[in-house]
Amino acid sequence: MATSSFISSLPSFHISISKKKKVSTKIMAVMTPQTSNRKPSTTGSVKSGMTMTEKIFARASERTQLSPGENVWVNVDMLMTHDVCGPGAIGVFKKEFGDDAKVWDREKVVLIPDHYIFTSDERANRNVAILRDFANEQNIKYFYDITDRGDFKANPDYKGVCHIALAQEGHCRPGEILVGTDSHTCTAGAFGQFATGIGNTDAGFVLGTGKLLLKVPPTLRFVLDGEMPDYLLAKDLILQIIGEISVSGATYKAMEFVGTTIENLSMEERMTLCNMVVEAGGKNGIVPADATTFKYLEDKTSLSYEPVYSDAQAGYLAEYRIDVTKLEPLVAKPHSPDNRGLARECKDVKLDRVYIGSCTGGKTEDFVAAAKLLLASGDKVKVPTFIVPATQKVWMDLYTLPVPGSGGKTCSQIFEQAGCDSPRSPSCGACVGGPLDTYARMNEPQICLSTTNRNFPGRMGHKEGQIYLASPYTAAASALTGFVTDPREFLH
Amino acid sequence: MATTASLANPNTFSSTITHRQQPPASISTFNAFTSTKQPSFKTLISHKTPTVIRHASVIAAAAASDSPSSAPATSFHGECYVVRDNIDTDQIIPAEYLTLVPSKPDEYKKLGSYALVGLPESYETRFVETGEYRTKYPIIIAGDNFGCGSSREHAPVALGAAGAVAVVAESYARIFFRNSVATGEIYPLESEVRVCDECKTGDVVTIELEKSVLINHTTGKQYALKPIGDAGPVIEAGGIFAYARKAGMIPA
Repeated sequence: MATSSFISSLPSFHISISKKKKVSTKIMAVMTPQTSNRKPSTTGSVKSGMTMTEKIFARASERTQLSPGENVWVNVDMLMTHDVCGPGAIGVFKKEFGDDAKVWDREKVVLIPDHYIFTSDERANRNVAILRDFANEQNIKYFYDITDRGDFKANPDYKGVCHIALAQEGHCRPGEILVGTDSHTCTAGAFGQFATGIGNTDAGFVLGTGKLLLKVPPTLRFVLDGEMPDYLLAKDLILQIIGEISVSGATYKAMEFVGTTIENLSMEERMTLCNMVVEAGGKNGIVPADATTFKYLEDKTSLSYEPVYSDAQAGYLAEYRIDVTKLEPLVAKPHSPDNRGLARECKDVKLDRVYIGSCTGGKTEDFVAAAKLLLASGDKVKVPTFIVPATQKVWMDLYTLPVPGSGGKTCSQIFEQAGCDSPRSPSCGACVGGPLDTYARMNEPQICLSTTNRNFPGRMGHKEGQIYLASPYTAAASALTGFVTDPREFLH
Repeated sequence: MATTASLANPNTFSSTITHRQQPPASISTFNAFTSTKQPSFKTLISHKTPTVIRHASVIAAAAASDSPSSAPATSFHGECYVVRDNIDTDQIIPAEYLTLVPSKPDEYKKLGSYALVGLPESYETRFVETGEYRTKYPIIIAGDNFGCGSSREHAPVALGAAGAVAVVAESYARIFFRNSVATGEIYPLESEVRVCDECKTGDVVTIELEKSVLINHTTGKQYALKPIGDAGPVIEAGGIFAYARKAGMIPA
């Protein structure tokens, strides 16, 4: 087994990369071993083990066996689209299948306005109306509408960021295939399903047929072991990995996350992890479903699902082993998610603003983490600090959930006492820049540290803006000092 | 390493996984609509009538009338525009323009005017001049991981709407590649070497699709390209739906 010591600025850190086929693992094969209808002599191989991604493809394409590289037609379980790509996908659907065509299944399409909502941009508003018209015409079961832009709370159906809404509404289920017109659809892989982003044309095709032609990806396996240090979050883990393999290191591949660390992550942390696999070029991220998953889904869905697990003898393209106890808080420096750096080594970087939000870093637990750190310091932030909850539910949690160790204070109270901006209407917000009047959009060449997912030039608005990606802990610490700051400065 | 799916065995791609990345998924033959193993469509005839809107600088090569070929006999000619690595979708079409819906013709046209407007100021020459809708560079030459970032289909659409016909990159992000083929907007071609280091914006180039070669007339050098394979006829037809209809897979 070949191992390589990774020489970097990280102290006593070791990643072993083994390009072996067999994997020793505690993961059990839950499905009964598949019997191939081919005689063993014709396959030339004894191995019939599949990774969980391959198994999902097999089931969805009604095959008993398949391998990476094969193009197969899969049955799609759920299709999601939002206000930016929905109108385009609907346009393709109508053009190709006819103005009177009906979607393949009105219960498997989820329409979620979330990107450009709280804006006076007329085209953006029109795009939500296009979703509405389609939802009415097709009797779409899940359309999370917003009509009163002035007060998001006046819209009982409105959710917010699609990937978080999908999870909170129980649309993410183990073993299924979920596709969406957004690159961060891969977030749902946290539930042990295959989830990936597609374009308008593919989505239009799925709307009409419920099928999609996909190539089976080979899998990269990431084994994360060790007890998570209390200054690290899942964001640090994925930044570590992307920095390791680069923004194209997982192109066309599945990224499977296992290990004791993963098993102890909450669902929201697993979502953060899977959310950014696309930043490594990954086709999908995936975490085996377990008691944590089932508990999360208990009160959210009544549909039955069947989890799958990688076989002991499944083949992997490569395996990475990471001892998380040796990691430190990280940032991705401008202008690439793989431009990894230690937070403590960037302490001279003066910030103009801090942004906490998005599908990556705007979930309830992300805000609780930020609040805990602010509470530990007791100080006020030194730069404008923007708080944008991902969904209505998250917003509610900010105002109702007591933060552990605070004596009953809520996140919103802690944010207010620390001098942060008050929490804003839930949506994708400034993560993706958006129309010019988007709250917290970077309209000047400033330096921002954010809990979001991409920092390419112009991502949050201004082309010369500089974005540092980091965890909610690092974001809170940095807000307190006005410089990029390692959260350990405040967490004991 | 080139991968081509033979029409005789349309359901399986054999691909060798290189240390960098495996060859992109090309939309292969469809068998969802028929249950037979052999494709039930007739192979597309490789003829090319240059359409004014999309292929402004296409020279139609001699039409091959009955020969089944998996790549159309087409050449593209014109000035090239050179970009570097990791050109993400925000640089190709900044998010503020995503309110434009590609399936609406007037908004499609507007998208073209914003193609590559997100590139940093270090790119002195603009891909599309201010106030214009079309580019004078039908061919884009790029480094690694072109089109990374978002799944937005607006990216290949904006390039195609502006009049680009092909990108020659070292490698692509998968969603961008897939969207390019599905929409038929541009040919996502791959080079064997780092062509972006040897070409400059304004160089006059020709792409011979059938021969899979890029010729830089300004420098006099020639570069091998990876064959476009089965993705070629799909793009030539105008995307997966048009291809499926032409091939008789779905009713016209």
